[in-house]
Amino acid sequence: MSDTTLDGPVLAADGTPLKRSLARALRRQKLRALMLIAPLLIFILVTFIMPVADMLFRSVENGIVEDTLPRTVVALADWDADSGELPSEAVFAAMAADLKDAAEAKTHTKVGSRLNYENPGISSLFRKTGRRAKKFDIEADGPWKEQLIDINDGWGEREVWRTIQTYSPTYTAGYYLNAVDMQVGTDGAEMRPEDERIYMLLLKRTLWMSLLITFSCILLGYPVAWILANLPMRQANLLMILVLLPFWTSLLVRTSAWKILLQQQGVINDILVWIGLVADDNRLVMINNQFGTIVAMTHILLPFMILPMYSVMQTIPPSYLRAAKSLGATDWTAFWRVYFPQTVPGIGAGSILVFILAIGYYITPALVGGTTGTFISNRIAFHISTSLNWGLAAALGAILLAVVLALYWAYDKIVGIDNVKLG
Amino acid sequence: MSGIPSYASTGQRVWYYTFRVICGVIFFFLIAPIVVVMPLSFNAQDFFTFTPEMLRLDPAGYSLKHYRDFFSSPDWQQALGNSVTIAPVATLLSVGFGTLAAIGLSQPHVPFRRAIMAILISPMIVPLIISAAGMYFFYSRLGLQGSYWGVVLAHAALGIPFVIITVTATLVGFDHSLTRAAANMGADPVTTFRRVQMPLILPGVISGALFAFITSFDEVVVVLFVGSASQKTLPWQMFLGLREQISPTILAVATILVVISIALLTTVELLRRRSEKLRGMSPQ
Repeated sequence: MSDTTLDGPVLAADGTPLKRSLARALRRQKLRALMLIAPLLIFILVTFIMPVADMLFRSVENGIVEDTLPRTVVALADWDADSGELPSEAVFAAMAADLKDAAEAKTHTKVGSRLNYENPGISSLFRKTGRRAKKFDIEADGPWKEQLIDINDGWGEREVWRTIQTYSPTYTAGYYLNAVDMQVGTDGAEMRPEDERIYMLLLKRTLWMSLLITFSCILLGYPVAWILANLPMRQANLLMILVLLPFWTSLLVRTSAWKILLQQQGVINDILVWIGLVADDNRLVMINNQFGTIVAMTHILLPFMILPMYSVMQTIPPSYLRAAKSLGATDWTAFWRVYFPQTVPGIGAGSILVFILAIGYYITPALVGGTTGTFISNRIAFHISTSLNWGLAAALGAILLAVVLALYWAYDKIVGIDNVKLG
Repeated sequence: MSGIPSYASTGQRVWYYTFRVICGVIFFFLIAPIVVVMPLSFNAQDFFTFTPEMLRLDPAGYSLKHYRDFFSSPDWQQALGNSVTIAPVATLLSVGFGTLAAIGLSQPHVPFRRAIMAILISPMIVPLIISAAGMYFFYSRLGLQGSYWGVVLAHAALGIPFVIITVTATLVGFDHSLTRAAANMGADPVTTFRRVQMPLILPGVISGALFAFITSFDEVVVVLFVGSASQKTLPWQMFLGLREQISPTILAVATILVVISIALLTTVELLRRRSEKLRGMSPQ
């Protein structure tokens, strides 16, 4: 008798098998957790993730050429750009018809400026031709090849047609090529001429300056974190205020403070002149250059380095150092072989955090960076609000985001996002 | 490092004091720029440096002129008004959604926990210029660009990671048997939450709220893109002031903001201690 009860499934109080009952309870628990999270998740997806994804999509999206010049795109598909001849009369007629429609809808300037990013000069070609295009009579006038070239010589250039053909697909890698200083030449992608390469330089400068800032933060943060972790609680708490106050102070307050301190008629130059280190007519230029950006950003990001280092150093028992010394290690050996290796996770966490924040900085470089101390973010802002080349801005943004996400992934592996501490 | 032992060698003594001096210099570097702004804001002249009168501590060298400018300028007053109406609403949104989600995330069984966490923290990680650009395009399509609610929603999204981080940190030490005990004694889930769980996690919620508030209150990149001239906030006005005609009124504003940050910092510190005491993590 007892055998049957042992062999059969274990039952819960209501008679269902225990396994199923437990599984149901677990499912309900998971569902409840998800229900609590869902509102926020939807909120973030709509207000944040979708906007970012939408912007990234702009870096490959190129529907404007196809939408504005539909007939030309079809007619031009068969043309061989390397044949040494202009496209056929049919292509010119298609272009004339498209231009007439576009000019009536006033979209010809938009497609002109889109193509102008790839081949400077096309914008004015479209604008000038568009002015006449409204009066085109597609059936009666012609032949269009002569007509269009007569209106503007640009239509007689094979490069113009090559550009239109290259950028007629709905999606393009052109913005990305542009963002890494490349262009689509006669045989596929190639580097731009030496004097037009600006973005790689900017990217390298952003990475290099972020590295310098991270390194100066390590250098300045390490002693401070050490002394905070090793002083008695009361003194450490007092000194901690000196770290936390800058952390809580508005970014713009700190940037303006540096702007005021570093300018040529500012406090630091005044003191240097007063001491006699610098002549009054030879005041140092410390702002609107790389130096200004590095100093101000090191100051702004230093708390982000000190706090993770401090929380790691707090967990290291001081007895380890004493043990090392009693075993005959010198001060330096004890520090370098025993203490320092244990602080590496703190240095790593702080460095990745500072680097991630530094690489995407916009405000401080814009205010104290001048022309040589600006970052890639400033260029993105320029393309969004001034040059209106949104595709290129999106491509630069995507590259920046890729770098940041790679670092974020590393941070998650090393530290874990859950272990981020604030204040 | 409590004092220096009597058997220390001369070299050790020299290093001990040199090290303290180095630390002192770094602390000075951290705090000096913020402190310098304060006396300069009382400058009677339109200079950004100490005048001879100020150095002589002559009362004539000091004045409240820049503060009067701040309180009488319509531009600055409009900016202050916008900041004060945007930040609290954004904070309320972040705290409401964030606290619920943090409670959900700290349940024992949450599917895709890491992925969800990564998404929720992302507004803090993605460079601001990318968030700003994305929101600019996306919100224009929804008709939210240049509107009060557009800025509020954007700022709420930016504040959420801070709420999630602080509240989940408080919940790490939370004893789940307390909610079970409450349920056992007949409390329904809402009462359990209100009377048992909420008082315990309140310090975390408040400090998360303060972080979210300061994020919105200090934010300038996103509002530059998502807002229009009528949503001009205090940091935006400061940004313009620093970029174009740099006026000493900025020093007065900076001083007021520093005083606000001191108040916030004090509150957060007191809350943190209270929370540690409540959860029995502090020896006191």
